[in-house]
Amino acid sequence: MPQIFPEAANGIARLVLWAALVAVLGLVALSVLLPRSDMFTGQDRILAQPVPFSHQHHAGGLGIDCRYCHAAVEQSAFAGMPPTETCMTCHSQLWTRAEMLDPVRQSLATGTPLRWNRVHDLADYVYFNHGAHVSNGVGCTTCHGAVDEMPLMRQAAPLTMEWCLDCHRDPAPNLRPPEAVFATDWRRGSEAEQAALMGRYDIHPETMTDCNVCHR
Amino acid sequence: MKRAALLLLLLAACRQEMDEMPRHEFYEPSDHFANGMSARPPVPGTVARGDDLSPVPDEIPGPVTRAMLDRGQERYDIYCAPCHGIDGRGHGMVVQRGFPQPPSYFDPRLVAAPDRHFYDVITGGYGAMYSYAARVTPADRWAITAYIRALQFAQSVPVSALPEDMRAALETER
Repeated sequence: MPQIFPEAANGIARLVLWAALVAVLGLVALSVLLPRSDMFTGQDRILAQPVPFSHQHHAGGLGIDCRYCHAAVEQSAFAGMPPTETCMTCHSQLWTRAEMLDPVRQSLATGTPLRWNRVHDLADYVYFNHGAHVSNGVGCTTCHGAVDEMPLMRQAAPLTMEWCLDCHRDPAPNLRPPEAVFATDWRRGSEAEQAALMGRYDIHPETMTDCNVCHR
Repeated sequence: MKRAALLLLLLAACRQEMDEMPRHEFYEPSDHFANGMSARPPVPGTVARGDDLSPVPDEIPGPVTRAMLDRGQERYDIYCAPCHGIDGRGHGMVVQRGFPQPPSYFDPRLVAAPDRHFYDVITGGYGAMYSYAARVTPADRWAITAYIRALQFAQSVPVSALPEDMRAALETER
């Protein structure tokens, strides 16, 4: 009786087995890497905006404090966007004919807010209190990156749960004294300073990873 | 057929509906209102719970403390310094870029002006200056007023009137 499979079948069978192994490992690797990739997290993404507002120019170049425009950021649970009047505080006098600012003038004239696109958008099932972070020593640039160097706003951090938890497990290295929260040139202090800040803000990481801290 | 249904079910599980729940987040647009906002602005004249409705005094209320001056300096540097300059002479960065120059706080008219003048200008604006009422709370307006008074005072004190250690520090800096 002749053989059913030619000799080459051995090689093909091995190849198929190896390919299956590679495929399984590849799938595992993809399932780990893809959710963390920029494509999924939106990290470094720049969204189109009605006006190409430059933080680099306003905050970096002119040295305008974050709170000049984001005025409620120290108290509000939501960071808040400035109303059109805030833009027009200066632009009623400066660049009054600039085409780029047409939408701003239109917005003021018609009372229709500008439709900015949110760059930092958390999933709806995340409870996030922005003010609690700002008033407990987490500085702007810790999460938003070097905003004063961004010509167009981009998402500096991945904003994944893993990223949130990294800091919730060990917040000390990211804590600043209150007067440095809005600084763009802040440098991390010594371990002793970090420990002192943990005490100053009364921060207890052992409860900061409880599910209901962020999902309620 | 069964397999297709199973595949569909698996694919359906990929949609993260909890990511975007059917509710309005802050600033999310809505078709319900003509201006496209989901939030309603308060009716003009609305008073926030706990607002102080007593008449605005003509002078800085209460004693001026160090904490109040520090707060005033911080708020001044944020909201006023872009035009008025950190020293109050009216050469702030935005003025250097072409905004009409505000008067110096050391102008005799402003040195003589009552405290209430600064409070009112912050509240209602003045000339090219917009109102800062939405950004600076009444307590902070008084704190800024106190700090402007301190700036004015600092320019009117002769060096000879300084305590010994401060004068020495000033001399070495020069």
